[in-house]
This record gives sequence, C-alpha cells and structure tokens, in this order.
Amino acid sequence: MPRKSVYKAEIEHVQVMDENGVIDAAQSRNTLSDEEILELFKFMQQCRQLDEIAFKLQRSGRMGTYPQNKGQEAAAIGTAYAAKKGQDFLVPCYRENAALFMHGLPMHYVLLHWMGDERGNQIPEGVQQLPLCIPIGTQMLHATGIAWAFKMRKEPKVALTYFGDGATSEGDFHEAMNFASVYQVPLVFICQNNQWAISVPRESQMRSKTVAQKALAYDMPTYQVDGNDLLAVYKIAKECVDRARSGGGPSFIEAVTYRLADHTTADDARRYRDPKEVDMWLGRDPLIRLRKYLETKDLWDETKQKAHEEKCKAIVAEVVKTAEGIEKPSFDDIFDYTFAALNPELERQKKTARTSSLGQDPTQVGLAEQPQHV
Amino acid sequence: MAAELMLPEMGLEPMGGGTAREIQFREALREAMSEEMRKDDRIFLMGEEVAQYNGAYKISQGMLDEFGPKRIIDSPISENGFAGLAVGAAMYGLRPIIEFMSWSFSLVAADQILNNVPKMLYMSGGQWGCPVVFRGNDGAGGQLGSTHSWCVEGLYSNVPGVKIAIPSNPYDAKGMLKTSIRDDDPVFFLESERMLGDKAHVPEREYTIPFGKAALRRQGDDCTVVSFGRPVNFCMDAADELKKEGINIDVLDMRTIRPLDIDSILDSVKKTGRIVVVDQCWPFASVASEVVTQVCERGFDYLDHQPLRVNTEDVPTPYAKNLEALYLPHKGKIMSAVKASLGRL
Repeated sequence: MPRKSVYKAEIEHVQVMDENGVIDAAQSRNTLSDEEILELFKFMQQCRQLDEIAFKLQRSGRMGTYPQNKGQEAAAIGTAYAAKKGQDFLVPCYRENAALFMHGLPMHYVLLHWMGDERGNQIPEGVQQLPLCIPIGTQMLHATGIAWAFKMRKEPKVALTYFGDGATSEGDFHEAMNFASVYQVPLVFICQNNQWAISVPRESQMRSKTVAQKALAYDMPTYQVDGNDLLAVYKIAKECVDRARSGGGPSFIEAVTYRLADHTTADDARRYRDPKEVDMWLGRDPLIRLRKYLETKDLWDETKQKAHEEKCKAIVAEVVKTAEGIEKPSFDDIFDYTFAALNPELERQKKTARTSSLGQDPTQVGLAEQPQHV
Repeated sequence: MAAELMLPEMGLEPMGGGTAREIQFREALREAMSEEMRKDDRIFLMGEEVAQYNGAYKISQGMLDEFGPKRIIDSPISENGFAGLAVGAAMYGLRPIIEFMSWSFSLVAADQILNNVPKMLYMSGGQWGCPVVFRGNDGAGGQLGSTHSWCVEGLYSNVPGVKIAIPSNPYDAKGMLKTSIRDDDPVFFLESERMLGDKAHVPEREYTIPFGKAALRRQGDDCTVVSFGRPVNFCMDAADELKKEGINIDVLDMRTIRPLDIDSILDSVKKTGRIVVVDQCWPFASVASEVVTQVCERGFDYLDHQPLRVNTEDVPTPYAKNLEALYLPHKGKIMSAVKASLGRL
C-alpha cells in the first residue's frame, strides 16, 4: 500500500507592530484603537514602575525574593485586555502581574505576596483570578478545572492561564492540554516564551522549533505571536477568547518575549547570558515601540512622558506605603487557615507551639503556653 | 472525648422493628455518593473507568445511568491531571469526588494532592478551600504485587491540611463518605478492595459519622488495641479468640487518622496500662509510630508495659499469596502482641 499523509500542520507567526512602532496595515484589523493603545501604554508604564520598585524593595531587605516581569508586559496586558474583567478568570504563574492588575487586583497585593503575607493571596470580591502560583505548571490543571466548571455550570466565561516555556516540559502541562482538549473547555493557554528557564535556554529545554507546535498534539488552534507586540497579542488572544466563549474549546498562544531581568532576585543572569543577546532584546522592549508609535501619531511627547513618569512614581509610592502599613500576620493565622475550622489537634498545637509535637500536653510536661511574639 | 460505643451486643443501631437491611461495602459507598449527588448538583464523580465501565471495582455501578455523563465522568489515564482539575473545579465552587482506581496510582499525582490540595486554604489566607474527596482502593491483600499494594496513610498523614478517613465496615463507609463529601476541607478516603464485598447492616435512614471520633468495637480491661481500616476486623477476631483465654481487650477503631482521636486512646490506656497498635502500613514513621509517640508523650505514667506495634513487615509487598498473608498484620500476630504486653507469652 502507498504511504499517504494523514496530518499536516503549519504554525504562523503573527506580528502587527514592529520594533519601530510601525503597524502592518494588512494585519491591523481587529486590533486596538489609538485611544486604547495610549491607555494601555500608560498602564504598562505604571506596571513597569511597580516592577522596578519591587526589585528595590527586595534589595533593601523590605521584601522576600521577587521575579521581575520587566519586558513581558505586552504579553500580559494584551491577553488580559482581550478577556472580560470581572467575568473571565485569570490563572497566573508569577510573571504576568500586569494582567492581574488590569483585572482588578490591587497592586499592593503582589507586594504582600512576596513579603510572605498570605493576605496578598486573598483575592478581593468580584476579582476573577487565582493567586500567584510558584510551583511550575501546576496552575494549568487548576485552570482546566475552573474552565470545566464554567462548562458544567453553563456560565459564559473563559479561563486564561499563564506559564513559561520551561513549564511546557512538565507533565502538568501535557495533562492540562489533554484534559482541556478532550473535554473542550473554554480555556486559553498562554505561554510566555521568554527564552530562559532560570539558566536553561529554550533550545536546551526542548528540541521543538516552536512551543506552539506542542499544541498540535492536542488538536488545538495554536499561534505564535510577537509577545512584545501588544497589538498582535491582543488580536490573537481576542480570537481565542471569543472562540472559547462560543463553545469552540481551548486554544494555545506562544508569546515570544524575553526576560529582561534575572529569573528572580536570587539569580544573576550575567553569569550565563550573553550581554549582546540582552541588548538586542532591550531594543525590542514593548514600551519603546508603543512610544514610537504614539509619538508618530502626535499622541505622546517628552513632556507627557515626564509627567506620566512622575504620576507612576507617586502611585507606586502609595502602593508600597499601603503594603508596608499592613500589620504583620498573626501567629494564630498559621493554625487558623490550615482547615476550614480549627480541630482539637491544632488547637492543642496552637497552645503548645514550643515543641514540634502534636501531642504535648502542657499540664503534663510543665510547659507554659507559647507566647505570641518571640 | 469518649469513643462511640459500638459493641457487638449493642448491634450497629437499635433496629426497633425495622428490617435489618444488609448491603455490601461497595453498595454503601455508592449509596453515599448517589444520595449526596441527588441533593447537591455541585457534586460530580470523576476517575478512570467510573462511568461506562461502572468502576474498576463496580462501586459506581448504575451511576452513569442515573446522573449522566456530565456528572459521572470517565477521565483519561492521567491521575495528576484529574487531581489538578479537581482542585480548580473545587476552588471555583464545585464538589468533586475523585476516584483513584488505586491509591497506589495517586503517587503520580503527589504534587497536586500533597503540594496543592492541602495548602490552598492556608496559602490564600483562608480564602480558597479545596473541598475534594479523593477515594479509592488502599492497601495490600489482593495479590496485586509491590507497586499496586500501597498503604498511603503512613506517607500522606504526615502532611497537614488533609483529613484521612479509613472505614472498617459498610456502616461506617456510608456514614463517613457522606461526612467527607459535605466537608469543606479535602478528604482522602481509603477503601480496601478486600472489603468491598463485605456485607453488614446499613440503615436506610439518613446518618453521618463525625470525623475524629473513634468507635469502641470490643471492651476489656486488659489491653488497648488501636487500629483503623481493614485490620480492625482482624483485631476483633483476635479479641474474640483472646476472650476464650480469659483476656479482654478494648478494640478502638479510629475511623479517621487525621484528625486522630488521641483522647479516646488515652482514656483506654489509663484503664488498661497497655497498648498495641495495629497498622497495615510499614512500621517506620507510620501512623502506629505516631500513636505510640503521642501515648508516650501524654500518657507515659499510665503505661505498665512498653507500647507495641503490629505493622506489615518492612519490605515491599510480596506477590505470592502465602507470603502476602504472612507479611500483613493478622490475628495471630495481634494475639501474640497482646499476650506479650501482658507478659503472658
């Protein structure tokens, strides 16, 4: 019998606005208006400012480890803007803060999270998102479950989940993709391919030429977009969100971007990255091309830039003040939040926290009750 | 907290003229799930072979017909996948029941069930609970070999944030599964494949069994025997045998090991001065070790003999029928331990 082809596929790369802020007219349909671009540009700067300050907070010992988002804001904002705030559900990892803020998370929550205060993970009423997820890849399955719940309850909502290129090596990624595909849930997988998983470059992480092609195995519509191009990200994300909402199932987006900063504040990428590569990507910063575009449209200039920078600084200073002004968590919290209701085992532990034992009876071994503050 | 008295002479409940309906352990589980699902449309059952095939052990027989494919769902062979999906669904307000064909297979889902499920509520400052019931076959005895005979309670009970229920009979199985489904915390519900055909009286009336309250199955002043799950039945056999020799023991069925009703154990030890813990896990860092530790910490002065443990042997589970039987706790080992604690060996 002659052999015949049973499957062929192609991955498209989508770019609407290039590094110089020039829009490809043929691609510009169904993207953003100039007013929207201006607003999102301003918002992007505010997020960048928070990111820079968060880094400084860590360096000055006022916060724990922090993974900078710098350079990846277009992928976060473009996708989040394509989803309906207060309705669609975001399931993040930790490098898309801008998406979370856009959907209503107060900025100081992210600072609280990295200061180790679990209250930074208490999502406010009406905000549709899960807290940051630090283990690699686990959140994609949670997103699949949430999207599955939308389908089961017949709610017209879409879930969007974020992860990096490294996460696509995890079993969780493949299991989530398979479940989402088999059950046809309303979910958009957004891979921020920032080229580096700590010190491992993408080409050592996978032999695949694109991340997007991994979705072919799950028969999902899949795209590679310029992740630093706000318009391209938005255009494709909108298509995926709309399809999911109308019952068309899950999609996959590979947003090609770059981690301009270290993996986290505990990392020093200079030890393993070629500075020329970083320089090249600095020129592709989403803020630069948006500014160029807006300037050619006479919607932006140096005076406006200076004024906006001052405004961002003031907003972020206020955010830091709010986060640092919140009273430190109480020792009781670690017991109170372990179960829905405190059980006798933990009640005893709460009283006898001087030892690591569940069973110590203070009256028998002569221990005083644990003081609240050491 | 006193243990619930459930002695043979009392019957499992006053039958007062009603018919003593006897059903299998698997039917009790099915009734618990079906009754709860009729009342609460947030509940669904997902797992391998649970729908079309009616469950690998026929626990979900007929449930697809009653509830349809949106609530009784066959999943791909992907334990980590459906465990993680359940986390998301639960966080969004559904009430998943996840069947692991065997708890042995839950090991590939360890990151979701140990690293996510029990920590969600804590890490979100009390906001995002994870009310999932994970249930399935646990433990050796069915000649399933080393890799399929896991007793996960020793390993999993180390993790704070989950509740672990291990029923020893059909009556408890139904009442405890209902409690599990209604619970706002995640529950690991461990069934023994060897007991699924066991029959006992299970009333048709509505009842639930509270967590953290042991049942006293036999009463005696000579020694305290503590167990949970299938080995409770071996303890009762041992108690009946020992009685003939004039030795009377308390048999405490813990029902849940997280939370652990240590107070009932201590009450019994105060009376008997002796304790034997029977546990079908390996001995090292086991639930039995934990019980003994807590008894030593909180009840050392009451002991007249060092605490003893009857666990499986500390080796991978043998496949050969004769070896597996010898490897597990059994009546003879329990009797020997009780006699040793009484100095009557």
